[in-house]
Amino acid sequence: MTGPATIFDQPNRYIGQPEPRADTRRLLQGRGRFVDDVSLPRMVHAAFVRSPHAHAKITSIDTSDARSMPGVIAIFTGADLAEHVTPYVGVLSHLAGLRSAEQYPIAVDTVRWQGEPVVMVVAQSRALAEDACDAIFVDYDPLPAALDAEHALDADAPVIHPSFGNNLAWERTVDVGDIDAAFAAEGVKIVEREFRFGRHTGVTLETRGTVCDFDPSQDQLTVHYSGQAPHMMQVIFAKHLGLAEENVRVISNDVGGSFGIKIHTYGDEIATAVVAKILRRPVKFIADRFESFVTDIHARDHVVQARMGVTQEGKIVGIDFDDLTGIGPFSMYPRTSAIECNQVLNLTGAPYVLENYRARGRVVFQNKTLMCQYRAVGHPIAMAICDGLLEDAARLIGMDPVELRRKNLMRDDSYPRASATGMKLDDLSHHKALHKLTEIMDYDALRADQAASRSKGIYRGIGFVSMVEVTNPSPMFYGVGGAAIASQDGATVRLDAGGALHVSSSITEQGQGTNAILAQIAAGVFGVDLDRVKVTTGDTATTPYGGGTWASRGAGIGGEAMLQAAHALRDQVLDVAAVMLQSTRDALDIRGGAVTDLSGQVRLTLADLARTVYYRGNELPSDLNPELIATRHYRVTDFPFVFTNGAMAAHVEVDTETGFVKVLHFWAVEDCGRVINPLLVDEQIRGGVIQGIGGALYEECHYSLDGQMLNASMADYMVPMAAEMPDITIAHVETPTKTSVLGAKGAGEAGTGGAPAAVLNAVNDALSPLRASIWQMPMTPERVLAALDKGQKTN
Amino acid sequence: MTKTTEITLTVNDETIHATVPVRQNLVDFLRHGLHLTGSHVGCEHGVCGACTLMVNGQTVRGCLMLAVQANGATVQTIEGYADSGRSAALQEAFAKRNALQCGFCTPGMLASALGYIDAGGAADRVAIREHISGNYCRCTGYQSIVDAIIDVIEETNA
Repeated sequence: MTGPATIFDQPNRYIGQPEPRADTRRLLQGRGRFVDDVSLPRMVHAAFVRSPHAHAKITSIDTSDARSMPGVIAIFTGADLAEHVTPYVGVLSHLAGLRSAEQYPIAVDTVRWQGEPVVMVVAQSRALAEDACDAIFVDYDPLPAALDAEHALDADAPVIHPSFGNNLAWERTVDVGDIDAAFAAEGVKIVEREFRFGRHTGVTLETRGTVCDFDPSQDQLTVHYSGQAPHMMQVIFAKHLGLAEENVRVISNDVGGSFGIKIHTYGDEIATAVVAKILRRPVKFIADRFESFVTDIHARDHVVQARMGVTQEGKIVGIDFDDLTGIGPFSMYPRTSAIECNQVLNLTGAPYVLENYRARGRVVFQNKTLMCQYRAVGHPIAMAICDGLLEDAARLIGMDPVELRRKNLMRDDSYPRASATGMKLDDLSHHKALHKLTEIMDYDALRADQAASRSKGIYRGIGFVSMVEVTNPSPMFYGVGGAAIASQDGATVRLDAGGALHVSSSITEQGQGTNAILAQIAAGVFGVDLDRVKVTTGDTATTPYGGGTWASRGAGIGGEAMLQAAHALRDQVLDVAAVMLQSTRDALDIRGGAVTDLSGQVRLTLADLARTVYYRGNELPSDLNPELIATRHYRVTDFPFVFTNGAMAAHVEVDTETGFVKVLHFWAVEDCGRVINPLLVDEQIRGGVIQGIGGALYEECHYSLDGQMLNASMADYMVPMAAEMPDITIAHVETPTKTSVLGAKGAGEAGTGGAPAAVLNAVNDALSPLRASIWQMPMTPERVLAALDKGQKTN
Repeated sequence: MTKTTEITLTVNDETIHATVPVRQNLVDFLRHGLHLTGSHVGCEHGVCGACTLMVNGQTVRGCLMLAVQANGATVQTIEGYADSGRSAALQEAFAKRNALQCGFCTPGMLASALGYIDAGGAADRVAIREHISGNYCRCTGYQSIVDAIIDVIEETNA
């Protein structure tokens, strides 16, 4: 790594400090710029007729009445658009054997899920476009649907893509050691459970949307996009609309929540771009909430049969599991829908020393909304399988679950090493994190309270999770498989004539504070006040090329590029200053917006230096060619991912009369390496925990037997609200990654990945005196009561 | 379907005369008719709270009220509270506590918080959580929002 580690010893004042984000001031005054706030001259509005069937043949489409309705400008069917756009297929070569079919933005001939676009109407307003949608008559010939993932591979299941012969999209097996022998060994006890993880979705408060404009004189498409990866989308629009990549500009301003929802190829958004090109004018499409529920990617939807073997002394001898997940009728383009299952196979048990490990994952097609990567991809499944079984095993052998973890977690001084599945691990701190967790939660006092409460008929439970989190992905995540998704990011920093820094970066902001940490790093490393840094992100025309923000890569990858760029600019400026001051680089520093000597005495302000360079170059030696701008790029090279770790605990109370679970408090200790801004990291983790609790207790997409989503409205789909949510105590262990100077790892997935397992374990701890347990999420009151009934019958 | 009517109302201290479709809701009129895009739309059926604003001093859902129903009313949006300084203390506290991430829920959340504080709400975490439970936030853990509202109440009472 270049750059001195002493960066962090200098009075940099900013890296590691809880600085409020500059962006909040805009957002708090109603001056955000979300995609629906964009209004362009001659802009028209799109609405879609969507399939009411899970699976059907389209036999006829009659748009004649609609075409003459007020304000209607154009109407397109799937066949109309197919002439202007090439189909896409969501497969990647490193997921060997993964298959999916060609997909068009608007269904052609056959619809395969409820909500799939069938006809697009463009009108003078969204309301008029919706009026016209109501006047379009589509005849369908319903086909048998494959809905339930567990029956999608049955011999008599309807096959969604007939040429495949069945509904299997992908299968992977892992077999390490000898699990059968390990389980059969003397003294080994087995716990076995069937886990069910409901299908849920992201519910970004800002729905998906886009405003696309086309300038035929330049063959130029401009896409205002609410999303996470502008350069990825630039390639997709160019490839499928037949444009040069450089003629596609993707602009992502404020994004009203994303969580992995807004990083995929959605037919309605592609159709909007195609139609902007056809009509040569701006077209806006903003999904309404119903459209979001039935077309935003769904997540999870796993059924897992799992076993763990443990000795009476508390040695976990191995894990064996079978994961089945349903992904809808296509693998999502371009990231595919197999990554989640792949992560489950990679990450289960990753915090622990496991000598024997066997797993099978199967990914199947079904006639429901597409499933793909949502926040903490695969993590909640992997953590719940292992730590759920671990606490079940602890009950079986009568050992405290913290003690059982301590006996099996990888030692903090044992890195670098690999997990059972071959994941390369380094710089982790499971034991330190667990120790800190039990301290901050006052574990012994909670256990005492639990015992006292039980004697009064109050059922409280404490549940833990020790977890890993995949962050800072290298090219091994997507690029290696042929996806046009950048794994490196770039940052540029420029000293302006007034002495301020202008920074631009390819990572993107969705509220987590990307812009803020870029400014903190630039200001801290270079040596200006924070309010003298202006940041640009989210525009393919004006930022360096890079991957954007996903898989918790912004701080770790984009942040390192920023650090390197700021350091390079600092050297350049000091070289100029050394000439102007007849000094040397080593004798000078930059502090508070001025070049100083090493004691901090101001020698020259940055504004004086920059103005001399920009306006009065005649005062400089002719062989001095100052560059007051620097760009650096960074990618992770030594590891496929940089793992973080954490330990979390939930304290819950279960009402055994109603089945309601109340989370009383939650604690999270996270090791995300160097913390750039604790104010942002802590709230990021809290938000993640809340989404994890949502998956554990509330959120589920319910379907009827004929494939209709039954709760596709905010009134019916439950997300965590303020009144039900606990306060969350956050603490950190800081083990910087050695892969960068900055040492930052990601923190965005942790809460969502870990909280479900902790809450599951806490509920089962509460239910254990009643000989009841629950292994299905969300743990709704109805399911808790059913578990209690089953427990009573067993007694 | 596109019948219109004329309305006159006060929006952020400015008198507005407009011709609006009778079926248009208030928040769509404010956003697309007046380009006051600070009020957001998340669900269009009164659940998410993103469009919460003030009509005649009361917090209302901008998606559950038609623009024609605001004829003669006094409407305040986030742009109005911000410019008048009415929400300055809350803005300061939200920024300091990082009580927002993406910011999409924030204008509605501020309106609800103003409603709570105006009604003399106490610095009570449970009561505040109850009050803002009509406002979805998908990014924060709500905790920092509660902290920020408490800061303002305690500073005001100090």
